[in-house]
Amino acid sequence: MLIKQLSVFIENKEGRLERVTQVLKDRNINIASFSLADTAEYGMLRMIVSDPDEGRRALKEEGFSAKLTDVIAVKIPQRPGTLHKVLKVLYDANLSVEYMYTLATAGRDTSIIMKISDLSKALEILKQSGYELCTAREAYEINNIENK
Amino acid sequence: MIWNETKECMSRDDILNLQSARLKKTVSRVYHNVEFYRKKMQQLGLEPSDIKGIEDLDKLPFTTKEDLRDNYPFGLFAVPQSEIVRIHASSGTTGKATVVGYTRRDIEIWQECVTRVLAMAGVGTNDKIQVAYGYGLFTGGLGLHYGAENLGATVIPMSTGNTQRLITMMEDFEATAIACTPSYLLHIAEVLEEVGKIDKIKLKAAICGAEPWTENMRKEIEAKLKLNAYDIYGLSEILGPGVAADCDAHDGLHVYEDHFIPEIVNPETLAPCKEGEVGELVITTITKEALPLFRYRTKDLTSITYEPCKCGRTLARISKFKGRSDDMLIIRGVNVFPSQVEAALLEMGEASPHYVLIVDRVNNLDVLEIQVEVEERFFSDEIRMLESLTKKISHVLQSALGLAVKVTLVEPKTIARSEGKAKRIIDRRKLI
Repeated sequence: MLIKQLSVFIENKEGRLERVTQVLKDRNINIASFSLADTAEYGMLRMIVSDPDEGRRALKEEGFSAKLTDVIAVKIPQRPGTLHKVLKVLYDANLSVEYMYTLATAGRDTSIIMKISDLSKALEILKQSGYELCTAREAYEINNIENK
Repeated sequence: MIWNETKECMSRDDILNLQSARLKKTVSRVYHNVEFYRKKMQQLGLEPSDIKGIEDLDKLPFTTKEDLRDNYPFGLFAVPQSEIVRIHASSGTTGKATVVGYTRRDIEIWQECVTRVLAMAGVGTNDKIQVAYGYGLFTGGLGLHYGAENLGATVIPMSTGNTQRLITMMEDFEATAIACTPSYLLHIAEVLEEVGKIDKIKLKAAICGAEPWTENMRKEIEAKLKLNAYDIYGLSEILGPGVAADCDAHDGLHVYEDHFIPEIVNPETLAPCKEGEVGELVITTITKEALPLFRYRTKDLTSITYEPCKCGRTLARISKFKGRSDDMLIIRGVNVFPSQVEAALLEMGEASPHYVLIVDRVNNLDVLEIQVEVEERFFSDEIRMLESLTKKISHVLQSALGLAVKVTLVEPKTIARSEGKAKRIIDRRKLI
């Protein structure tokens, strides 16, 4: 249930982001989802890709600071209030969300990528509350139309 | 005005005779009271009686900053603790500060020297002088303070920081003189221009030092502030400010040779340089009691002339400094050694990251930025953690250097690698 997210440190210099996507393209790696956080001096690109290990290796070769971080992807129905509900479950269990963003939506449910302070406790709590989680394989392969 | 005509205008022969007599006395006292020097002299087969005068100066061993560090804190003092009335300290090459001490008589000597400098700059009892060097362990503030007080001027002890207050008091008190670093003075000039007060101030003299500055900077300061700017030199190991200073001729800094014997040597071979040749300034103290030093290597590069000066003083003059023979930098008047940065970063636990320190001057103030590569072991994908890392680095460096440093994270391998010694500090200021 743990998904390997590929995180890349990007200096605020021209062309760096474009370089990252070029590297992934050259390796035929698909980006399933991403989030780009910006600060004054740098950006943090977080991605769910079709081949995280290869993606990391390739980016490091290119000179980027790239790391794999464990995250989870919890499925919630696409209706108002469902995000609030799952966050409340986590909050009531004293867990904090470091960051989150959507994994590509597939069908009636949407999947939310989350990095949580205590991942194993989060998995337990979410399972207990009846939530379904994406498997790693599911996450990496979402919307990878080309390679299907 | 010449404060001490007897000493400042002696004939060269009288200077040499005075120096010889004082050197002999110092060597004897040091030999009997400072184990470090006694051992060194014994190793060289030297006895105090072998030093008959100034012609034997080069028989004495050199002294370096490392010697002071190795004998930290009080190992080189020549008097008992009860006679030490003041301690000062400045940056050492790594963690340890360079500690110096003064007896009552040493403070008097220091005072007298600074008074001479101020009198040379035309400051007198009717002047109000703002002392805007740092007060505390640094010798700048208290050095100028005591010298100005001894002169009888009205001393306003501003210290550094709070430029607004300095300017308000400069105007309200009608200050006529100021002592501060030349870059700070240019910054003050800028602020005065911004608030439209530059024509309202009454400054006639500035005594600037603690960092190198060019002839062009002096002209700029004098043009902007309509005053005379004088260059003051010193180092805490020898005295503090007041070892040498320039006069109205602005053609070299007069060294107070009745207290200090200057030599210029080749920094590589340690052979003496000819008059006018640039080399490393070496100083021997011949009146100081608490911390007398033989042939102290200052690492400042300059040349010397013994020709009489237009001002009437016969004291030798050293030129405006041409650089350092080591890698020390002066940033906002603070001594910084690249090795201090390395040592500070190592304290963070892991091996030091790849970094480069960039020194620049923005709006006449020195700014320091450290670029650190985001290596694997430092990389977290949480921005909170990266910010915590930059704060930690900034704090560690601020503690170690006494200066605020901006920390910028950069991608790995963006900092140039080099064979041999990596260039860790890039100085973008044009100082010499």
